[in-house]
Amino acid sequence: MYDIVIIGAGVIGCAVARELSKYNANVLVLDKNEDVCAGTSKANSAIIHSGYDAKNGTLKAQFNVRGNAMMDDLCRDLDVPFKRIGSLTICTDESQIADLEKLKERGEQNGVPGLKILNREELLEIEPHIADGVVAALYAPTAGIICPFKLTIALAENACENGVRFHLMTEVTKIEKADEGWKVTTNHGEYLTKTIVNAAGVYADEMNNMVSENKLKIIPRRGDYILLDRTAQGYVRHTVFQLPTELGKGVLVTPTVHGNTIIGPTAFDIDDKESTATTASAIAQVTEKSAISIKGLPTRQVITSFAGLRAREAGKDFILGEAEDAEGFFNCAGIQSPGLSSAPAIGAYIADLIKEKLTLSEKEDFVATRKDILDPSKLSLEERNELIKKEPAYGTIVCRCESVTEGEIIDAIRRPLGARSLDGVKRRVRAGMGRCQGGFCSPKVMDILVREWGLSMQDITKSGGDSHIVIGRTKDGDE
Amino acid sequence: MMMQYDIVIVGGGPAGLAAAVAAKESGCDSILILERDNELGGILNQCIHNGFGLHTFKEELTGPEYADRFIQQVKELQIEYKLNTMVMDISPERVVTAMNRDDGMFLITAKEVILAMGCRERPRGALNIPGYRPAGIFSAGTAQRLVNIEGWMPGKEVVILGSGDIGLIMARRMTLEGATVKLVAELMPYSGGLKRNIVQCLDDFDIPLKLSHTVVDIEGKEHITAVTIAQVDENCRPIKGTEERYTCDCLLLSCGLIPENELSTSAGVELSRVTGGPVVNESLETNIKGVFACGNVLHVHDLVDYVSEEAKKAGETAAKYVRGEITDNRGKTIAIRAESGVRYTVPTTLNPDAMDDLLTVRFRVGDVYKDAYVSVYFDGERVQHKKKRIIAPGEMEQVILQKKQIMQYPELSAITLKVEEV
Amino acid sequence: MEKRELICIGCPMGCRMTVEMDGGEVKSVSGYTCPRGKTYAEKEVTNPTRIVTSTVRVTGGGKERVSCKTASDIPKNKIAAVMAEINAVTVTAPIKIGDVLIENVGATGVDIVATANAG
Repeated sequence: MYDIVIIGAGVIGCAVARELSKYNANVLVLDKNEDVCAGTSKANSAIIHSGYDAKNGTLKAQFNVRGNAMMDDLCRDLDVPFKRIGSLTICTDESQIADLEKLKERGEQNGVPGLKILNREELLEIEPHIADGVVAALYAPTAGIICPFKLTIALAENACENGVRFHLMTEVTKIEKADEGWKVTTNHGEYLTKTIVNAAGVYADEMNNMVSENKLKIIPRRGDYILLDRTAQGYVRHTVFQLPTELGKGVLVTPTVHGNTIIGPTAFDIDDKESTATTASAIAQVTEKSAISIKGLPTRQVITSFAGLRAREAGKDFILGEAEDAEGFFNCAGIQSPGLSSAPAIGAYIADLIKEKLTLSEKEDFVATRKDILDPSKLSLEERNELIKKEPAYGTIVCRCESVTEGEIIDAIRRPLGARSLDGVKRRVRAGMGRCQGGFCSPKVMDILVREWGLSMQDITKSGGDSHIVIGRTKDGDE
Repeated sequence: MMMQYDIVIVGGGPAGLAAAVAAKESGCDSILILERDNELGGILNQCIHNGFGLHTFKEELTGPEYADRFIQQVKELQIEYKLNTMVMDISPERVVTAMNRDDGMFLITAKEVILAMGCRERPRGALNIPGYRPAGIFSAGTAQRLVNIEGWMPGKEVVILGSGDIGLIMARRMTLEGATVKLVAELMPYSGGLKRNIVQCLDDFDIPLKLSHTVVDIEGKEHITAVTIAQVDENCRPIKGTEERYTCDCLLLSCGLIPENELSTSAGVELSRVTGGPVVNESLETNIKGVFACGNVLHVHDLVDYVSEEAKKAGETAAKYVRGEITDNRGKTIAIRAESGVRYTVPTTLNPDAMDDLLTVRFRVGDVYKDAYVSVYFDGERVQHKKKRIIAPGEMEQVILQKKQIMQYPELSAITLKVEEV
Repeated sequence: MEKRELICIGCPMGCRMTVEMDGGEVKSVSGYTCPRGKTYAEKEVTNPTRIVTSTVRVTGGGKERVSCKTASDIPKNKIAAVMAEINAVTVTAPIKIGDVLIENVGATGVDIVATANAG
């Protein structure tokens, strides 16, 4: 019998898990994917909003501002790259300055510190490549950028080290009331638990609707993005949003913590909860719109395009807390933007509710910190050579575009909840994330995965499931 | 631990090997080749098809055999090399930072550096192909490595986008290994590959080649299951209503090569916007003194024989610098310009005092021309006018400039190459 | 009279040639623009040959496969038979470039030789 089963190992599920790992409780996280951070959390803008965008009084507003404030400590404790670079919401017409003022006011009521309207001159000083048509912007100094993979993985690893169990590749098919608590049925058997946390992303409605009469409806909203090579660095210093107009919502242009530039997203409501296919027109649209914000952005240096799904619920706000008609079933549903920004606050809030519910006691040996995978490029020459002497694998570069060593990849595989797939390695250490997109390194990463997990090449996948890379041996495969 | 070499060569593929041999034969003894892979030979090791070496060795060799000819020379000449060694940085002062598991990270000061890092393939992301991002999509070279070196099949039902030579070669290779290649789609109205490869890699196996076609959708959430191909208009935009769906478990991309110049940039080397490779003079020297470039890092070649020839030049000049025969090559320069149909030239400048009696200027054109002239102008005067039956973007072209002739034009400021149609 | 359409592989021109044949004998070639085209066409319709390159399984070295080729060209219609033999064989390292891996492959009189070293 578990105390808590968390459905979904995205940033929300992992944030809740990590908070709950502070208590003496039997916690299990279930996810249908082969790795944590494999759904909505993996494909988004990778930004931490300041919190002026959400309407006053909404959960979004409240949790965004709170989550934003928690980010520094959390990222320090978990060794996650996070930079408060500030955001700019630009407008291209004098008449829109009034709208910026309104946003500023809204933000101030939400509790966002430091908001300021900048005129073009002031803007140019801090964002020299701002497009010619931009007349003013709302500056939000507390906005930041983060690596969403690293955040989610760090939360999961830390939770795991503090005793939370993770069952991946485990898909929840049924949730029923049990004599005591709940029975959760999956493709890998049944679990009994006192409480459930529904952090199932775009599937959160399906989970909720199995236990509650307050039906939810999540309509995934697809967002297409393009990612530019690090060689395009330097054109944008802040996260630059476009003020929504009658013509549409606009796209953001932002640097990433790794030095790439991200442009997007589009917004298409879709039926299929797995439909992360991009379209040509969407990619073109994103590329085109970026010019409204930034002048001369070398969009030809695109290294990849992708689409993510926002778990948008019909009611438009987050749905957080115990379902009224399902005791012990806690929802974290409708977590679309600013979900990443809100994650730490949502984690703390839900964990608090459950602590009360189950009267959990605090763990004495909770380890609050976690070290990220060692990045040898941050070492001095002497330190690096000492490391290579001890662990020669740190002397072999596997991914040349991102300068990732074999030592880092081995670390990514061997640590708790280690990488099992090419994408798992990529999200942890960036091998294959660079300009050649794994063209050179994927066979080598596969070799390392084969060796470390004792698998065959045919078992290695891009991202679990049926995403095998090779289908068999040449020469008819009879070996 | 600072090592010192007269010449450090970055890359042990065909360019690096030929440069090393030439430098050694020109009298330089202190040479080090740094190779990132576990054997010398570079990409030739996975190019197991034949057709290499007709110019250099007057016989038809496979890639590994061609590489081996140079590797044997390197060994006989006792040229030093380090395998599994990645160059991490090159400074403008020619301090090379490299790393491997035995030596750790180490610095080398080099009198001359020869860049010979080769090129990489344009990945799917850079092509902006819409659709899902499942497993089963490979750049053709990655698939070539898996099949030829490691012995693994990436798929059984294959669609290939791009009719560059690697794509054509892989069409045959996959077919011979038992896969069905459904078609090769090419965005352009002409193929970038050799006619011989179209006949012997596609026609021999009844593999259709669809020109002016591209992939407009990729299906399959985990593994690729199908692609949609559509015809494109003259602006390369897909034409509605021409879509055709092909089931497949593998999509190979052969859509262009990009010189790998991240290290060159760190050394302060100026790159050409057209080739993506360094801007060089007649001695293949970059804007940074003592830094040379050759092979596919300089510009993408069609035949390895030309790579070897070019690299030889770089090696010889570097050796001349070492011997003190040249101290600074960057004296009087004449610009070499590419105009009307000529996309680029290598080199882009020449110093008549430094040039050999003959200088080969290589170039590529931007379109297919039949019965057109390749002309060379010395400032306003046309000095060469050669009719060519056909000139195509897939084939590297060349003109030869004579020192004797250039010397007759003491005021010459620019040499211009043009394609002139009748 | 039998007609065969061919594309010349001699250069990027890719001349479309027509060969007229009578009982396996070339009567005429048209469409070529240089003598190389004519020679190619005559050979291609009477005795088309190809070099086959592939890999064979290798054991006892660090490698899984070693590349190989037919030592000279073989009749085009023998490609499948040659591949079947290549796919069936496993060789043992060490292998040197030029080593004969299969003698008289597919009864063509041509050997399969290694094009790379192994072990």
